[in-house]
Amino acid sequence: MPATTKKPWPAQLGLALALVALMGALSLERPNFLTVANLVNLVRQISINGILAVGVTFVLLTGGVDLSLGSVVALTGVIAASFAHPGQATVLAPLAMGILAGACCGAANGLVVTRGRVAPFIVTLGTMTSARGLALLISHGRPVSNLGPAFARIGGGDFAGVPVPIVIFFLVALTAHVFLKNMRLGRRIYAVGGNENAARASGVHVGAVKTIAYVVSGSLAGLAGVVLASRITTGQPNAGIGYELDAIAAVVIGGTSLNGGVGGVGGAVLGALLIGVINNGLDLLNVSSYYQQVIKGLIIVGAVWLDRSKDRS
Amino acid sequence: MDAVLEVADVSKSFWGIKALDRVRLSVQRGEVHAVTGENGAGKSTLMKIIAGLIPPDEGEVHFHGRGIAMIHQELLTFPDLTVAENVCMGQEPSRWLAGWLDKPAMRRQARELLARLGVAVDPSSRMGDLSIAEQQSVEIAKALAREADLIIMDEPTSALSDHEAELLFRIIGDLKQRGVTILYITHRMQEIFRLADAITVLRDGCHVATEAAGQMDEKRLIALMVGRALDTSVAKAPSRAGDVILEVRGLTRPGRFRDVSFVLRRGEILGLAGLMGAGRTDVAAAIYGLAPAASGTILVDGRAVRINSPADALSHGIAMVTEDRKQYGLVPEMSLKENVTLSSLARYGYGPFIRRRAEEAAADEQIRGFAVRTSGRDQPVKNLSGGNQQKVVIARALLADPRILILDEPTRGIDVGAKNEIYQLIARLAREGKAILLVSSEMNEILSLSDRVLVMRQGAAVAEVSPGESTPEEILAYAMPN
Repeated sequence: MPATTKKPWPAQLGLALALVALMGALSLERPNFLTVANLVNLVRQISINGILAVGVTFVLLTGGVDLSLGSVVALTGVIAASFAHPGQATVLAPLAMGILAGACCGAANGLVVTRGRVAPFIVTLGTMTSARGLALLISHGRPVSNLGPAFARIGGGDFAGVPVPIVIFFLVALTAHVFLKNMRLGRRIYAVGGNENAARASGVHVGAVKTIAYVVSGSLAGLAGVVLASRITTGQPNAGIGYELDAIAAVVIGGTSLNGGVGGVGGAVLGALLIGVINNGLDLLNVSSYYQQVIKGLIIVGAVWLDRSKDRS
Repeated sequence: MDAVLEVADVSKSFWGIKALDRVRLSVQRGEVHAVTGENGAGKSTLMKIIAGLIPPDEGEVHFHGRGIAMIHQELLTFPDLTVAENVCMGQEPSRWLAGWLDKPAMRRQARELLARLGVAVDPSSRMGDLSIAEQQSVEIAKALAREADLIIMDEPTSALSDHEAELLFRIIGDLKQRGVTILYITHRMQEIFRLADAITVLRDGCHVATEAAGQMDEKRLIALMVGRALDTSVAKAPSRAGDVILEVRGLTRPGRFRDVSFVLRRGEILGLAGLMGAGRTDVAAAIYGLAPAASGTILVDGRAVRINSPADALSHGIAMVTEDRKQYGLVPEMSLKENVTLSSLARYGYGPFIRRRAEEAAADEQIRGFAVRTSGRDQPVKNLSGGNQQKVVIARALLADPRILILDEPTRGIDVGAKNEIYQLIARLAREGKAILLVSSEMNEILSLSDRVLVMRQGAAVAEVSPGESTPEEILAYAMPN
């Protein structure tokens, strides 16, 4: 039988349509929504959450979870900032140190999850607490300030007219997408999340694959920490509280299953965009920030609800 | 005529493929009604619709009884609860105040029902500690606790030894005496003619025939199933065994098997026979690294090797088709293509990347080679029928290009036609020089395919017999615990 390859509709089509409809409605109500300046501003605002969402996608795809992201953002921001004082201020050293610190946190998470067989929720909850403590220790509980101008460009500069955080977010998302869809390791991440036993029986090194997923998540949290520290030109040990939940929300809205094996970067990006559009739109509509939180919560649950009912039919 | 169940023109499609096409079925009260047919004929889909687990696209199901229960092929139990809790699940007796479990009453009810089935299982034992056969009996007791008068059994003997199957047949006889109607899905001819009052044959999602068992004979039944006459004998390859390629010395895993030694030669099929729980699967899993042995030596080409994971085994040219498709075989959400190439991804790439074309070509070749019934390589494997899923798992093992192939119950839950295909395939692989270790509970299968048969009993290899000079009775005599 010639394989009549009927490709299924892309899973995120509904979400993309919802996003377009929402943006259309907003632009009717507030003409200044659909301006280049506002849209660039919107994407810049979500870029940190977007980078975190892309990272945590890897972990969620293996069936795990990473709650340490927000604290890792603070820790790596503090570390990057302490390498970015004027005089020593190159861009490369703080960037490298921040990402490295994030990778170490991820490796620690991954190794305890796989070698120690401790549930990811518990392990990353512990890291969340410890990393926050480390950030406070290193900074002596005070924001690390007096940073060099070159460093500030990572979060505040432009590249060919586009804010650097947007460029970084775009490159991260693209690389991660290619990694997951076109590389062996990416395929194995899906296999491990889809059925860990079958993956192992097929010769996949399950422990290594999971650990790598946590390292990717931690490294990107490190990158996000550097971008944030640069943007606010401070290493803020109290930064990033609750960021992990925003990131996981974006990924889940994008159709990635918390059970693993289903989803991808495209959905995470769309999910982060949707959250950004809602925040931005509600701001433009002068909705109180208390209402904004209520609405955001309802949308997270509603999006996943719709996604599941589509599966059932 | 007193029909307890009537199915009227039921149709169902998955992924654009018609699984059922206007199927009609009428089941009389108190009969054992066998439903049979090839891979993907639609048996399981029809049963799920009857049990109300999935809705039909068109058509209606009329049931004139008290309740329907389904005993799934892969049992759906609560392994961490007790037998009594499993039996009473959903309708636990209560005392003192609403919602307060009456545990003594639960145990009593479970004990009574199990006694009625003639099964000696302690109601307080943990479900997961029971054998598959015992768990199945508990599931039947649960059906009785719900006063189900129609019980659907999907391939109930596929995981049972011959001895355990006998006990199940006795239970089915008892149930029939009590007026319970049984819908019995199976591929096994002996079971159909032994148990069934009426036989319904499905083919490619269509109803082909329903007849009284007395008016049917084996030849005609097979012809109805496959739509053509079929030679059911296995083409046995003449033994052309070469050099020893795998040797196992003193392999031991406490509590599972002890001091197991054997050799396997190029081009040879070594059968591993025995009852359920004799340690056959455990030995296979140890050689493949799924559950490594505690002591003993594995030699490949005369050199001792360490195998701590399936990845190690694959790197030494050992592949395995596991018995439990659902748990150790398939990644259900992944496509057919992704499942087939999972063990051999390195071959379809440059550096760390996957070459899409090469991978797709490999998958298409396997779909053709195995005649997998699918809408295409991108179909999720969870939507394939059991037999087609099994082909996917075998294709994956073969794509890894192993020299040693371990097959654990390779035809479990597969119909006659596909079974025959797999037999021919196994014989061909041996002719091509692969060394095959075949674990099977079906005597016929093991006797007709193997060059030598190793019989295991309670964790030990107790005898080696030559299939040409042996009988199922002799093997069973070795296999039965004294």
